Amino acid sequence: MNRKQRKMLIRICIAVVLLIAAIVIEKTGLVRRDGTFGFAFYLVFYVLIYLEIGYDILRKAFRGVINGRPFDECFLMAFATIGAFALALYEKSGDYTEAIAVMLFYQIGELFQSYAVGKSRRNISELMDIRPDYANIEKDGELLQVDPEEVEIGTVIVVQPGEKVPIDGVVVEGRSTLNTAALTGESVPRDADVDDEIISGCINMTGVLKIRTTKAFGESTVSKILELVENASSRKSKSEEFIAKFARIYTPVVVYSALALAILPPLARTVFSADGGAMWSTWIYRALTFLVISCPCALVVSIPLSFFAGIGGASREGILIKGSNYLETLSQSKTIVFDKTGTLTLGVFEVTGVHHATIPEEQLIEYAALVECSSSHPISKSLQKAYGKDLDRSRVSEMEELSGLGVMGTVDGRKVAAGNIKLMQRLGIDAGDCHSVGTIVHVAMDGEYCGHIVISDVNKSTSKQAIEGLKAAGIEKTVMLTGDAEKVASKVAGELGIDEYHSELLPADKVQKVEQLLSQKRSENDKLVFVGDGINDAPVLTRADIGIAMGALGSDAAIEAADVVLMDDDPLKIAKAIKISKKCIGIVYQNIIFALAVKFGCLVLGALGVTNMWAAIFADVGVMVLAVLNSIRALRA
Amino acid sequence: MKKTYKIDVDCANCANLMQEAARKTKGVADANVNFMALKMTVEFEEGADEKKVMKDVFKACRKVEPDCEIDF
Repeated sequence: MNRKQRKMLIRICIAVVLLIAAIVIEKTGLVRRDGTFGFAFYLVFYVLIYLEIGYDILRKAFRGVINGRPFDECFLMAFATIGAFALALYEKSGDYTEAIAVMLFYQIGELFQSYAVGKSRRNISELMDIRPDYANIEKDGELLQVDPEEVEIGTVIVVQPGEKVPIDGVVVEGRSTLNTAALTGESVPRDADVDDEIISGCINMTGVLKIRTTKAFGESTVSKILELVENASSRKSKSEEFIAKFARIYTPVVVYSALALAILPPLARTVFSADGGAMWSTWIYRALTFLVISCPCALVVSIPLSFFAGIGGASREGILIKGSNYLETLSQSKTIVFDKTGTLTLGVFEVTGVHHATIPEEQLIEYAALVECSSSHPISKSLQKAYGKDLDRSRVSEMEELSGLGVMGTVDGRKVAAGNIKLMQRLGIDAGDCHSVGTIVHVAMDGEYCGHIVISDVNKSTSKQAIEGLKAAGIEKTVMLTGDAEKVASKVAGELGIDEYHSELLPADKVQKVEQLLSQKRSENDKLVFVGDGINDAPVLTRADIGIAMGALGSDAAIEAADVVLMDDDPLKIAKAIKISKKCIGIVYQNIIFALAVKFGCLVLGALGVTNMWAAIFADVGVMVLAVLNSIRALRA
Repeated sequence: MKKTYKIDVDCANCANLMQEAARKTKGVADANVNFMALKMTVEFEEGADEKKVMKDVFKACRKVEPDCEIDF
């Protein structure tokens, strides 16, 4: 609670105590109401309480009128309560408590709202508490703490265990594990060793790291993320625009209706009805009740708060949503288009099988890896990875690389050939074609066929589950686009359960395909999402209704082009993002419907004279409190 | 040119009013108030004197919301 809020709380307490005192004095008959003294005593007493609790509202209302803005909530509150006072005086009922109670509850509501908003604001900034406060620089053997903004590119900074990495860079000394939870929502720590690239915002857990910075603070991952999240709520969603517009017309409409309610029925009664008279005070009272309900705060506060909480909750999961509007669009997504490589598959090639081997599989891989050891081809890398041990290059001699075919060489004194089917044919070795999808490396030793190794891109372990999750989240169609061969595409699509795929596409074809899919949509409200890894697909990311870039840690281009950025490359996060957006939009609609229903209900009951001002203020403040509490739910994804 | 300022304001509606007021101020091309982050982003028209414009923006905001603060 800040100073302003504490002051308000004290004022509210004083008002409550005084109000109780006034009622007690009256009930015990300490000062009797009849007579001029009693009348004056209570009037002054109640006016004092009223001023104590409401002086700032009165002042604001006055200034609003002077500045030509008559319809603000302060004015409405002031007008309604003063009106209630005047009626009490006019009717000589002496019941001033109503005006005071309205003002009191209004102030309690305002206090609660300011407290709740402040609290959730703090919660969310704690979630995003990745901003480093300082960077350590070693100078003459001592560590100096400096402002990260002042650290120049290429400076060596020291990060101690428990500290945040302040700036992106490369490890020059030390070894440690890093906690990336604040960035990715992923709780498994990552290892960091010399020459590893480190992104800012991670927490160093075990060892001291010396890092040579490669970026300025402002360009570092942590600054980019913070900037993105903080600016997110300035891109307003349609619901927010609707509420802003609604609030602008709602209040004047209610005020004019109140005016009509105060004047027309009594006039009608005077003209048409003989009995009972005009009943001016009854109708004026009803009109004042109208004014109390007219404040649109429940909506104006809770809707942006829901979006803010939703975006905050998502960023906690490593899902950065660039604006409320994107959150809203995401919740309406029906079609998801994936880029294959790097999104559904790992985009790295791995040995996925060894077939028809006449020698032990490990030996086959060992020989293939050895003979390919000096080749820079990605195939060679994946063979080495599959072998898993350090290669003894001295075992290999007479290496020869045959472009477009493969390699030949001598390993441990035996002639080894590794390459495609054409190489085998040239050597006159009989090798069968393989039915597997991927790149096939046939291996022959001393002129005899030894078997072949299948190397292919592998599906991410969570891809299948992610597609299922998306279906469960209400996605109607999944489409995969790829530049790969038809055979590969159909296999991946089949394995993952993707509805539709298009293969052998050039980057430009992908844009066309997405446009074609956009034109097939059944209605404007069915949105199309494109998911890519942010490399080479910026045009498609921009063209789709929503572009999601995956694994964007450290990739500026992807952060620029996409509307939603997934910090790590787990496809499960896509389903999660859609679930979060649906929950958040659900809360927004609940609040809109609930608040409007209660308000209109009260307006109708108020006009009929069923409710009084007490009920009206309870409706107004109560709806707001409930709506705000409901909004905060969006924070927990 | 775009600049971001810290602001202090109590209610979301007032923040909307401040945004409207800032947008109508001379020399401001566009303005956005982020009530949740308590920030105002102002895009100035070309050649506008940012200090002077911000003074006007502040004045306009004070008119709609007497309690507001802008840190510029």
